Amino acid sequence: MSRSFTPKVVTANRLLEGDAVWQTEDDGWTPDIAYAELIDDEAVAEVRLLHAQAQSDIVVGAYLAEATGGHDGPAPVHFRETFRTRGPSNYPHGKQAGH
Amino acid sequence: MYVYDDFDEAFVRARVAQFRGQVERRIDGSLTEDEFKPLRLMNGLYLQLHAYMLRVAIPYGTLDSAKMRALADIADRWDKGYGHFTTRQNIQYNWPELRDVPDMLDALADVGMHAIQTSGNTIRNVTADHFAGAAADEVADPRPVAELLRQWSTDHAEFQFLPRKFKIAVTGAAHDRAVTKAHDIGLRVVERDGEIGYEVIVGGGLGRTPMIGKVLRDFLPQADLLPYCEAIVSVYNLLGRRDNKFKARIKITVHENGIETIRDLVETEFGTRRALFDGVDQAMLTRIEAQFAPPVWGDAGTGGYKAARAADPIFRSWCDTNLAGHRAPGHAIVSVSLKKHGATPGDATSAQMRVLADLAERYGYDELRISHEQNVILPHVRQADLVAVHAALRDADLATANIGLISDIIACPGMDYCALATARSIPVAQEIAERFDALKVEHDVGPLKIKISGCINACGHHHVGHIGILGLDRAGVENYQITLGGDGTEDAAIGTRTGPGFAADEVVAAVERLVLGYLDLRRDGGETFLDCYRRLGMAPFKALLYPARETADAA
Repeated sequence: MSRSFTPKVVTANRLLEGDAVWQTEDDGWTPDIAYAELIDDEAVAEVRLLHAQAQSDIVVGAYLAEATGGHDGPAPVHFRETFRTRGPSNYPHGKQAGH
Repeated sequence: MYVYDDFDEAFVRARVAQFRGQVERRIDGSLTEDEFKPLRLMNGLYLQLHAYMLRVAIPYGTLDSAKMRALADIADRWDKGYGHFTTRQNIQYNWPELRDVPDMLDALADVGMHAIQTSGNTIRNVTADHFAGAAADEVADPRPVAELLRQWSTDHAEFQFLPRKFKIAVTGAAHDRAVTKAHDIGLRVVERDGEIGYEVIVGGGLGRTPMIGKVLRDFLPQADLLPYCEAIVSVYNLLGRRDNKFKARIKITVHENGIETIRDLVETEFGTRRALFDGVDQAMLTRIEAQFAPPVWGDAGTGGYKAARAADPIFRSWCDTNLAGHRAPGHAIVSVSLKKHGATPGDATSAQMRVLADLAERYGYDELRISHEQNVILPHVRQADLVAVHAALRDADLATANIGLISDIIACPGMDYCALATARSIPVAQEIAERFDALKVEHDVGPLKIKISGCINACGHHHVGHIGILGLDRAGVENYQITLGGDGTEDAAIGTRTGPGFAADEVVAAVERLVLGYLDLRRDGGETFLDCYRRLGMAPFKALLYPARETADAA
């Protein structure tokens, strides 16, 4: 590998509701990125992504997103992914509504 | 207003039933996402950052109270109690759940509406001048021909898999309020020697490679419209590039082949196609025109309008900015601003939609329009009723007096919703509006169009903003490029980039420097921002935007 691998999470949107979710270590899906599986190995990441893409009855559009490890679990790196963890900035809708 | 006939009704209901089955098969696993995605897009259903989004067409921006109330009911029942009106005269619901969408489409069909061809590489919702049928400067109401085009293009078997999406806009007035020169086909209804026809403009578009459309025919007789449009789209269908998504729009086809070649090809194709149209289309147009007959105008008396105008400065200010000249004596066109300072451009709550429906029914001959500038129009209001209309709008938080001013900003949903966006648009629009409201200068500044897009696709029309703002992702940070001198009217022009972009926390101050600086640069209070820019060119505005840079260069 010419470039070093940066840690990733597998993320997608739920088929029925459309909300953003992240894949957990136990093959589940969580609406809170802090409970996601943080993957720091490229080969593992590819396998976990394939696993997610096979679950098209639960989620849509799975992809790998950059994340950092932290005290409180994985956190997003890019601002787009940060917005996905909370919702739009013009109304208290989406995850920030706390439902 | 056009009312669905039995054919329309059966067609739309059949599509809803088909889509209901497709959703069921997606949920039970019979269809994969790859199989389902093109089917949901054909019916206007996108998947965005936080949820699905349903885009519903409002053909040529025309609604009546029943349609508006249905849009409000859908927002309450299946969404979060509001809707977002777009630059293509659509309404978008940001929070539907997949299982509910077929019911939403059935509710739309109940009032003669649908979401067909609001996505995909097809001919999209046909848009029109939002003052259609009311404007004092109109040759003819463009909506009958827009409806004819809607019927022709809907489910047109040849044009379901075009190289790319295809947008048509129509205006019936000399002053272009429909941005026809930035559309794949722009049509201008014109009159020559007493005969109605069309100026046909082709190859305009914004996005990654903005182009001003070129005139393909300066006068096309009315009866030739459908075969001629069919010839244009069929030439594009074969010639348009399918190897590169970024070069697939007809603007690139026209640019690469030249307008002369395109004209020759279209005229040849038109010769063949013309013979296939036996006049049924014109008979249909006649029937459609009857449905768009102007209302019987009421009493032209102005009632207490003039006295109220003289007595109430708030009412007067609203009249000065939000009214436009009407073709009928004693009437006015009312533009209802969906741009309250600090609010999301183009959003209306279900309660506001119902107020607008009530006002249309009570005072407005039951007509409403949605403008591409994301406002709502009451096209026909008696001057005698303006005081009552203004009072009702004020009670619904809809009486902002800022049409055409700096806070009347077009903004796409940007990265607050859109999966394609590279930066947010809405917060920038909110902050600019609030800032200039606090400065209390927007009425002094006068006409100034700011348009904001959250990505290069330019849904926010930034290229044709007097001040355009384009949000980009620069190394993982939101960054905003500014363009100046764009114009979406009959004098259409693409704005010029000023230079390096601005960080999210710098862009509002940059716009403030530009606008306050313009107040010093303008010749007098009558010279608009755009006129001033055209007279002086980029240099003085660039100096306002990049003062530190200029000092550094001089040192």
